[in-house]
Amino acid sequence: MTMQLTRPMPLAEPKRLTAADVAARTTSHNSVGQTLSQTMSMAWRATKKMRRNPEQFFDVTIQPLLFTAMFAYLLGGGLSGSVQAYLPLVIPGILAQTALTACMATGVQLREDMEKGVFDRFKSLPMARIAPLAGPMVADLLRYAIASTLTFLTGIAMGYRPGGGVAGVVLAILLTMIAGWSLAWVFTWVGTLARSAQSVQGISMMIMFPLTFMSNALVPVETLPGWLAAFVKVNPVSYVVTATRDLANDGQVTGHVGWAIVACAAVIAIFAPLSVRGYKRHL
Amino acid sequence: MKHIPAVHAEGLVKSFGDFRAVDGVDLHVEQGEIYGVLGPNGAGKTTMLKMLATLLPIDGGRAEIFGVDVRRDPHRTRQLLGVTGQYASVDENLTANENLWLFGRLQGVSSRTSRATAARLLEQFGLQEAANKPISQFSGGMRRRLDLAASLITRPPLIFLDEPTTGLDPRTRGQMWDTIRELVAGGCTVLLTTQYLDEADQLAGRIAVIDRGRKVAEGTPDELKASVGNSTLRLRLTEPADQPVAAQVVRRLLGEDPVLSPESGRLNVALDAADRAADVLISLREAGVGVTSVSVDAPTLDEVFLALTGHGTGEGADPSATADDRELEVAR
Repeated sequence: MTMQLTRPMPLAEPKRLTAADVAARTTSHNSVGQTLSQTMSMAWRATKKMRRNPEQFFDVTIQPLLFTAMFAYLLGGGLSGSVQAYLPLVIPGILAQTALTACMATGVQLREDMEKGVFDRFKSLPMARIAPLAGPMVADLLRYAIASTLTFLTGIAMGYRPGGGVAGVVLAILLTMIAGWSLAWVFTWVGTLARSAQSVQGISMMIMFPLTFMSNALVPVETLPGWLAAFVKVNPVSYVVTATRDLANDGQVTGHVGWAIVACAAVIAIFAPLSVRGYKRHL
Repeated sequence: MKHIPAVHAEGLVKSFGDFRAVDGVDLHVEQGEIYGVLGPNGAGKTTMLKMLATLLPIDGGRAEIFGVDVRRDPHRTRQLLGVTGQYASVDENLTANENLWLFGRLQGVSSRTSRATAARLLEQFGLQEAANKPISQFSGGMRRRLDLAASLITRPPLIFLDEPTTGLDPRTRGQMWDTIRELVAGGCTVLLTTQYLDEADQLAGRIAVIDRGRKVAEGTPDELKASVGNSTLRLRLTEPADQPVAAQVVRRLLGEDPVLSPESGRLNVALDAADRAADVLISLREAGVGVTSVSVDAPTLDEVFLALTGHGTGEGADPSATADDRELEVAR
């Protein structure tokens, strides 16, 4: 096919690509290093976004204060005899609960983000498909850190004295961040599937409430009927709560910590590939 | 060494349920040319581009970008092209500078090089003063330019431009056209979609006309326009009753029937060359036919469409129509 010119050609004939040039120019896939670097770039974008929309921090600042005080005063007397005695039980529970609420926002925000034009560009770039999902989640580690620190501070202000000391509390916060990051994959997956940010919110609520309340976060398992106890025992949130209690209250890295990390790894192993598949299907 | 075409597509199909948005389109774009895809809203232009850019799965047919199979090797394909969409696909939460830096980083450009490239592109696109402003303060034209700049960071050999000037004012439009020409002068291949015949005419070496998911014509702008005459003479007669006489005069002079609209006494005459208008006017005066208004216009997309498909673009009141189009609407 000949090319008809309606305009003078540029003076220097530009170099034309040959098949060899194309082969030299492109690679067949992203390396692990490239994927990591792309994820960190997306994380950078998410922190910029957070800084410019400070209302994104409302859930991780207000909720720890509110929930800790509310549940401790509401349930403390009934469950443990006094608020003081309930605090070591409930603080690690609230920790998991706020982290889970924080990761719910991850899915909603991803969905909102994916509707924007800029995601068309992300999709058209030769970047790893997991980077746009994992990036914001890396930035969210900051939110989990804020939420867990505030929960502890509120507890301490109310008279909670963690037996694990500083090291135990720091480890508990770290574990909460790991758990938050892992469970966020569930909501990210929902984010890639649902039709709108609103439906992500709705579906996530239905996942979050059973996960948090049907765990040992607020009440001892022994008080529950058998069928409920059975669910509570397999709920990954229970593992995390038990492990956080061991760390914060006893300063011990127990087998529960190991199981909590295994549970988190299992959640990632299932939901990260599902999320990437859901995201690809959106193309 | 044998050159490979920038784009080669055969029988592209995209269906949404029963609706075939793209229905067996062949496309062949040589390296270094500007290829225009012309058609009204909803003709399937954007869908076609999205398939070629790996943004939508290809339902049927096959496509190659520089010899790389789009369906089989999307990752390689993405490394060969830059996409600039109808709506600016830049991040609203970031500044212009941050946007360009991020897109560079995401494509493996080092932080330092990315910063330098961002600065150079912002200057080249006249955006350096707005470099650190949030995108929300940008005008439509600025956004569009930033969007194009973002596609150029890694200097891809092929650029897709989806309606690059829709909704822009004429001056900004002209600037955009200049930028596109510079790209091609620098060795890029450009595949652009547009609703405007004059845009395709100004920029493209070859044009495909798309209607309802099918390619209805292909050729140089001149070939396309020749199918409807190079320009149109629009007349309003003092006495609508003179129409038959006027039509006869035109037929005798040009050997072709004018298009009549009896109620308003209007008469549209397709011309091979604009200066034939004078001949028509002189003959009308000699025949004693009075004329109240005269204009000579390039044929509109609507007229090209009418000629090619037998139906109009179906867009009586397109909100994104250019000033010229709108004047026409009013005149009608």
